[in-house]
Amino acid sequence: MEKQSRREFFKTTAIVGSAIAGLSSNSTKAAPKNILSEDRMGVLVDTTACIGCRSCEWACKTAHGIETQSLEKYSDRTVFKNMRRPDVNALTVVNEYANHQNAQLPTDVKIQCMHCDHPACVSACIVGAFSKQENGSVIWDTKKCIGCRYCMVACPFQVPSFEYNKAINPEIKKCDFCFERTKVGKLPACVEICPVEALTYGPRNDLIKIARERIKRNPDKYFDYIYGEYEVGGTSWMYIGNQDLRNVAFPKLGDKPAPGVSEAIQHGIFAYFVPPVSLYALLGGIMWITKNRKNSEEE
Amino acid sequence: MVSYMKPAPITKKYFTPGVFVLMLIALNGIAFLLGRLFFGIGAVTHLNNQYPWGIWIGVDVAAGVALAAGGFTTAALGHVMHRSHYHDIVRPALLTALLGYTFVALSVSIDIGRWYYIWHPMIMWNGSSALFEVGICVMIYLTVLYIEFLPIVTERFINHVNLKGIFSFLNKPIERLLMLLDKGLSKVMFVFIIAGVVLSTLHQSSLGTLMVIAGPKMHPLWQTPILPLLFLLSAISVGFPMVIFESMIAARSFGLKPEMEILSRLGSIVPPILGIYLAFKLGDMFIRETFVYLTSFNTQSVMFTIEVLFGVIIPLRMFLSKAVLKSPLWLFIASCLVIFGVLLNRINNFVTAYTPPYSFSSYFPSFGEISVTVGFIALLVLLYRLIVFNFPVISVIDRHYTPRTKYAIRGSEQ
Repeated sequence: MEKQSRREFFKTTAIVGSAIAGLSSNSTKAAPKNILSEDRMGVLVDTTACIGCRSCEWACKTAHGIETQSLEKYSDRTVFKNMRRPDVNALTVVNEYANHQNAQLPTDVKIQCMHCDHPACVSACIVGAFSKQENGSVIWDTKKCIGCRYCMVACPFQVPSFEYNKAINPEIKKCDFCFERTKVGKLPACVEICPVEALTYGPRNDLIKIARERIKRNPDKYFDYIYGEYEVGGTSWMYIGNQDLRNVAFPKLGDKPAPGVSEAIQHGIFAYFVPPVSLYALLGGIMWITKNRKNSEEE
Repeated sequence: MVSYMKPAPITKKYFTPGVFVLMLIALNGIAFLLGRLFFGIGAVTHLNNQYPWGIWIGVDVAAGVALAAGGFTTAALGHVMHRSHYHDIVRPALLTALLGYTFVALSVSIDIGRWYYIWHPMIMWNGSSALFEVGICVMIYLTVLYIEFLPIVTERFINHVNLKGIFSFLNKPIERLLMLLDKGLSKVMFVFIIAGVVLSTLHQSSLGTLMVIAGPKMHPLWQTPILPLLFLLSAISVGFPMVIFESMIAARSFGLKPEMEILSRLGSIVPPILGIYLAFKLGDMFIRETFVYLTSFNTQSVMFTIEVLFGVIIPLRMFLSKAVLKSPLWLFIASCLVIFGVLLNRINNFVTAYTPPYSFSSYFPSFGEISVTVGFIALLVLLYRLIVFNFPVISVIDRHYTPRTKYAIRGSEQ
């Protein structure tokens, strides 16, 4: 380090600089798949229609190869005593909430991944294992996942779950919008089985119109709010109900996409690698000046 | 300073009662670590779907990275700004950073579910992920740290390569290789030193960006868009206190006199940095009006108060006092407080502040989690001791030094 000519210094610095600059052009291509198609599909959940039969839970488990009791056993309503959350053995669960307007009509809400339009998990995942597909599904790729669980930290709806008790290849489990079924033209398992048509599968834009229409026609029956229309920038799954669902089943969230601030900061720090390269140059400059000053002091 | 200091291997007995205690702690940690490897994360930790990250991320990784900041801050001071009177502390700080980051990498590997895929981020990129940025920077920085340490290895072995028996013919070539490496390294080392500082500022701040995406799941006392700035400032402010802390412990442990002259000087740099950190932290609190949360009495408000009062305000006042800077004991206590403050800040950001809307119970680390964390720290100390016993890291008085006049004047000035 001591004997370093000025020319050599610049030469090496230039090489390092161009190497870093070269990296930046590659990195822009390496973003995970994140498509926001105009025709993306969604599901409208009309919680006023839901009777809490939990057939959807059974259908979901069956479609995803998760062990389950027989469908008859699902009529047991004692499970509603406790709030349940989706986990590795149940990608969707139905919870029941009291309705203060009419105690005879409790609100049953099916919970699963909301399939955000701007998913926090897609933005957060260290290896880009999550992707937003053209049909609206947010899916997870086992070949990439390293099991860091940052998706779980990021998810505003607290949905992804992790197989904590597996030593080898634990998986992140969450609703995949039956990607394998919809790909071949089938309905998502839960939508297909629902006996009361509480779940409507269709293009998201149409679903919003349907929801508005229903609320307009029955203003006494519905609380005038579509949960998921604007939450965290919009979600593929949307809910209407007889009360404000933000007070019972869902968190109160803003309408800005969940990854927004984080990505803005991240891209600010790394704007085409300009800030790091400038810092490098600045430090190099300081190093060179102080070294020269030190040398001249010693001579 | 009149006496001349030169880095040299420590010549003392390695095994002391304290070392045996550390070994027991390390073994206990390794036992739980094996449990995690054979039975999964759930078998050892209290983590669940509501609380996906615990102290292995909050302490081992986040606090580990922050407390290893002594490496890049002293490198910036000693090498970039050429403050040569700090050279004696650059090597111990470098070693701490090297071991610190090695254990950070190890902790990350055991915390992720699929530790054998730790290399995935190298080829599977996601530019929008803060975690990806942290991961890549830590990987490169760790490599840079090992390169920065290489001259210490070559210095140890040049003229000392002495293989016995059938390998003796290798002595000459290895010697020549080391010489070549040493010469080549000294020419390009500045590239790595600057790279180390840049990489550190990048990932220290990105570590703060990590929790921004958790949004409302994080308590408003900590959740702020300036988290990356706060993380960077706190990492820089803990750098020198950490060096002071280590130097004093090492001096005591190896029966050397603490280099108070250097340490007091280092201590006098702390207040401006810590002051800026405090200003941003309080300023952020007043702009976002989060002080209202301090009026309610709960874990979050208590932890925040302890963190700011004992971890920042009190040590800041202490470092401003000349008497504290001159007294080894008080300087040590002040440094400990800053370290405590940053450690608590990282725990608060990653564990205390994380309050998901739907949880069945709150998170408290299990005995196994604590065992692994403490075990890793014990292992780190043991390795540090082993390395300073075998490599020229810590500066001791050089008995063979015959001063040349030119340097003697410069030396006595300081």
